[in-house]
Amino acid sequence: MQDYGYLSVFYERMPDLLGKLSEHIFLSGISVLLGCLVAIPLGVLLIKTHIRWMKSLTFNITNIFQTIPSIALLAMIATVLGFGTETAVMALFLYSLMPILKNTYAGFDSIDPQIIQSAEGMGYSPMQRLVQIEIPLALPYIMSGIRLTTVYIVSWAVLAGLIGGGGLGELILAALSLNDKPLIIASSVMAMILALVADFILGKLEKAFTKSSNTEAQKI
Amino acid sequence: MIVLKDITKKYDNGFEALKNISLHCNEGEITALIGPSGCGKTTLMKLINRLNNPTSGSVFIKGKDISEIDPVELRRSIGYVIQQIGLFPHMNIAKNVGTVPKLLKWDKERIGKRVDELLNLVSLDPETYRNRLPSELSGGQQQRVGVIRALAADPSVILMDEPFSALDPISREQLQEELVRLQREIKKTIVFVTHDMDEALKIADKIVLMKSGEIVQHGTPEEILRHPANEFVEDFIGQKRLKRYQGIPPVSQVMVERPITVTPNRGLAESMRIMEDKKVDSIIVVDEKNHLLGYVTVFDIVKAYQNEDTKIKDIMHSFNTTVNPDTPLTEAIQLMNKLQVPYLPVLNEKGLLEGLLTRGSIVGYVGSEYHSIKEGVV
Repeated sequence: MQDYGYLSVFYERMPDLLGKLSEHIFLSGISVLLGCLVAIPLGVLLIKTHIRWMKSLTFNITNIFQTIPSIALLAMIATVLGFGTETAVMALFLYSLMPILKNTYAGFDSIDPQIIQSAEGMGYSPMQRLVQIEIPLALPYIMSGIRLTTVYIVSWAVLAGLIGGGGLGELILAALSLNDKPLIIASSVMAMILALVADFILGKLEKAFTKSSNTEAQKI
Repeated sequence: MIVLKDITKKYDNGFEALKNISLHCNEGEITALIGPSGCGKTTLMKLINRLNNPTSGSVFIKGKDISEIDPVELRRSIGYVIQQIGLFPHMNIAKNVGTVPKLLKWDKERIGKRVDELLNLVSLDPETYRNRLPSELSGGQQQRVGVIRALAADPSVILMDEPFSALDPISREQLQEELVRLQREIKKTIVFVTHDMDEALKIADKIVLMKSGEIVQHGTPEEILRHPANEFVEDFIGQKRLKRYQGIPPVSQVMVERPITVTPNRGLAESMRIMEDKKVDSIIVVDEKNHLLGYVTVFDIVKAYQNEDTKIKDIMHSFNTTVNPDTPLTEAIQLMNKLQVPYLPVLNEKGLLEGLLTRGSIVGYVGSEYHSIKEGVV
């Protein structure tokens, strides 16, 4: 069946690899993006609220998603949304919530209350304070959360192949059924490289923000 | 300038932080709120920029009830310096100082100019410090930036919440001195919260002593030191400090009681003779009823001596500054040093000359004090 070696597989199956890689990027990217869009504002909301039970409830819910095994979560969502990309994105999005939320919360929580009070006392409106003072100061934490999440999501996105969600996982599964070892390795390497590249780029970004905000980023 | 009227502040848990407080802070003065922690001094100060709102009572600034002003607008018109530093760590020094002007939408050029001006005011070279981050400055420098940041939009009222308490003693003293010097130029109405009596005595025009939400005493440092209202005030000031201040004699104990005087219509030769006789180089001019008119030095007389018609009144100078018999000696000495004058006339409340405080009389007094102490030891 396999008429190529471990190195030439990259050349022979390049179109497939690249196609699935771009699907994979899309899958992980959209999930993390959705996660950011929900978790960051939610984190801001939680830090601003004085209602205690809302905090613990939100953290508990996001934690629960984290504890469900990934295959189980995929299966559960598939029963509702059916097979396909939407299900994969939904599952990955739910996984991304907790780390981003936690880091966002920690970022805002780390701001010295003196700084907030000084901003308030100088006449920043609540919105100006959020945009000009609090978000810049929490950004290193938020960025570190996004980076961590992205690396996880890129690797978990491989499982999307199980439910026909596309991505490198599909290629790996296909190769597995055909016992195409070079293709399995090649696809896995692609996923690894993607994770490393994403980590590298986001790491650079995080560093840039940390430098400009001059606050130590704490990783959770 | 700032008037607090019948203020009470009660928290939801029933704790009464401020009990029926009325207070008046004069324009251009530093009013120090002082008291043990938990006495309500910070709470009281925060009423002025509405970081706190009173349960009952009103606060007026320049006659305007501030509860009718939008808090954000109000705060932009009031300088605010807080304990620790409160500088924004992600903004460089120029941006930190320019914060309020930027909120007030000044144009960039005007902000830049103002920032440089302010940095120069506290001897921080703009070229060097403008682009640095707060973390790259020493504690003392950071707090200087904190102070000028409050001055940036030239507010007439400035609130300072224990601004120097986190500094080491040397920087603290420097900053206190700088604030006193600065205040002489800028003449702001400053409300200054502190728990350090020495600090209050050093910088404040008025001291407000507080205890468990009430004002115990309100007065000038001098009044509080001389007439502590009760034991609490005495304890708070400390016996050592009280002795030091109360041990200082009034001018009347030190002055020369019968200074050499002439009347304004005397001739020059006559006056010269008196001065030669009494071995003095200047002479005080008074009218018949002993009202102070001025003084004449021997050089003035020598200069005008040729003209026989010249009278004392034609060449005399008037005094810019006088003291009264109750003025403490320390204050009078500081005055003499500041004005660089060899003597100060002492007038009673009717404006009559009581005596003359001269350098010689001060040396004589200190000498006798020192002598008696020595005798006491031996």
